[in-house]
Amino acid sequence: MAESAVKLQEPRAAAPATPGGPLAVAPAGREGRTAPAGNGEAEILPLECRDVSYAAGGQALVQGLTFRLEPGRRTVLLGPNGAGKSLTLRLCHGLLAPSRGSVRWLGPGAAQASARQAMVFQRPVLLRRSALANVVYALAVRGVPRRRRRTLAEDALALTGLLPLARRQARVLSGGEQQRLALARAWALRPQVLFLDEPTASLDPAAARAVEEAIGAIHRAGTAIVLTTHDLGQAQRLADDVLFLHRGRLLEQAPAAAFFAGPATPQARAFLRGELVL
Amino acid sequence: MTELRGAFAQALALIGGADPSLVEIVLLTVQVSFSAVLLATAIALPLGGALALYRFPGRRGLVVLLNALMGLPPVVAGLAVYLLLSRSGALGAWGLLFTPGAMIAAQCVLVTPIVAALSRQVLEDLWAEYAEQLRSLGAGRARAIATLVWEGRHALLTAVLAGFGRAIAEVGAVLIVGGNIAHHTRVMTTAIALETSKGDLALALGLGMLLIGMSIVVNASAYLLKEYAQVRYG
Repeated sequence: MAESAVKLQEPRAAAPATPGGPLAVAPAGREGRTAPAGNGEAEILPLECRDVSYAAGGQALVQGLTFRLEPGRRTVLLGPNGAGKSLTLRLCHGLLAPSRGSVRWLGPGAAQASARQAMVFQRPVLLRRSALANVVYALAVRGVPRRRRRTLAEDALALTGLLPLARRQARVLSGGEQQRLALARAWALRPQVLFLDEPTASLDPAAARAVEEAIGAIHRAGTAIVLTTHDLGQAQRLADDVLFLHRGRLLEQAPAAAFFAGPATPQARAFLRGELVL
Repeated sequence: MTELRGAFAQALALIGGADPSLVEIVLLTVQVSFSAVLLATAIALPLGGALALYRFPGRRGLVVLLNALMGLPPVVAGLAVYLLLSRSGALGAWGLLFTPGAMIAAQCVLVTPIVAALSRQVLEDLWAEYAEQLRSLGAGRARAIATLVWEGRHALLTAVLAGFGRAIAEVGAVLIVGGNIAHHTRVMTTAIALETSKGDLALALGLGMLLIGMSIVVNASAYLLKEYAQVRYG
C-alpha cells in the first residue's frame, strides 16, 4: 500500500479550520505546545499503522488499514456500528496484536510508548475503592513515586470536576461521573496519546458535554486524542482529522473540515446524511 | 428418652458453666482450623489467581485436578500427611506427628484445593471484566492478581469460608495425624467421636451444639459483611 493516501497535517501547521461545532470546545492551542508531561520527555508519536488486518475465527474484522497519527492532533474514528472502530483503537493501543501488517511508534520516545499512552473504555472499569484511590492506583502501577501520587491524582480529579467526589466510592458514582473518573485516571498518567472508545455512548447530553469538555482540556494540555464515535455532532465538535471506517476498511482519511464538507465515498456521504449504512 | 433429655441438660450446663475441658477443646479446635485456613488461603489465592490469568500447557489438567481434590477424603489427606511426617517419612525429622502442627498441615491439605478452585472461578470472572483496563494501565500479571484478589475480596471470603467449614467439620485427618491425645491434640470432632463411643453423650452433645453455633456465627458475619460491602462499594 502507498504511504497514507492523505497526509495528515503536521501538528504545528495551521489546523485547517478547527471544528466549528456548536459546543465551545476551544480550538487546540497548539502554539507553545510542550510535551504532555511537561518534563520534556521524548515524543512517541507519530504512530504508523501499515496494512493492518485483524482476523478472529477465520473472519477478517478489519483489513488493510494504513494511516498515521501525528502528535497533538485529535483524530476521530468515525463509522457505523461494527465498522471496526473499537478494534482499530485496541490495535493502536497494543491491546491486540494485528494478524497482518504493523503498528509502529515512530517518535524518538518510541521505546517508552506503552507507558506514555492511556485508554478510556466505553464502559469504564473502576476499582472498588474511592475515586481518588482509583487514580492513585493507576499512578502506582506506572511507578510514580508515592509522595507525588496524591497531588497528581487530585489535579486530575480537579480537571474533570470530580474533586468534591474524591472520597466517594467509584462504583457508586453516576455513569457520567464514572466516565469522567476514567478520564481523570487516564489523564493523571500524562499520556502523550489518549485513546477513547465511544466515551459518551451511554451518557445523557449534560454528562456527555462534561466529558467532551474534559477531553478538550486534556487536548489543550498537549495530548493527542484518538477517539471513536458514531455520533456525528461529537465528531464535528472534536475532530481535527477523520478516519472513516466501514465494514472493517478505512474508506477515507482527511482533515475534518474537508471530510465534512465533501466526503469522497458514497458510504461516507450516506453516513453523514444520517442514512442507515450497511 | 429421659436419658437423652438429661444429656441435653448436662450439655447446656457444660456450655453455660464454661467447663474447662470443653473450653480447652474448643480453643484448640479454633486455633488449628483458623491456622490451617489462613495458611491454605495464603497458598490458594495466588494459585487460583495464577490458574485464572496464566495460560500454560497442562493448565486445564491442573484445574480438573484441583476441582477433583475438593472432594479429597479427609482420611486420605490424613494418611498422606501421616506418611510424610512419620519417623521414616520425608519430613519425619521435624517431629511434627501427633502435634497440633501436624493437624494444621493435614487440614491445610484439605482446604487448599477448595479455596484455590473456588477462587480461580471468581478471579477468572473478574479478569474477564478487568483485563483490558489493567493491561492498558500497564499492570503485570502478578500485580493484576493482587488487584483482583482485593477487588474480589468479598466473593473470595465465601471461598475461604467454604474451606473453613471443611476444616472445622472434618474428623478423619486430624484423628490420623493428631491422634486425639487428651489436652494435646483433642479437637471438637475427635472428642465427639470418642465421647459418643464411650457413651458420654453430654459432652458430645455440648461440643456438637457449639460446633454448629460457631459455624452459624462465622457464616452470619461473613454474610453481613458481604451485604454491607455490596452497598458501600457497589
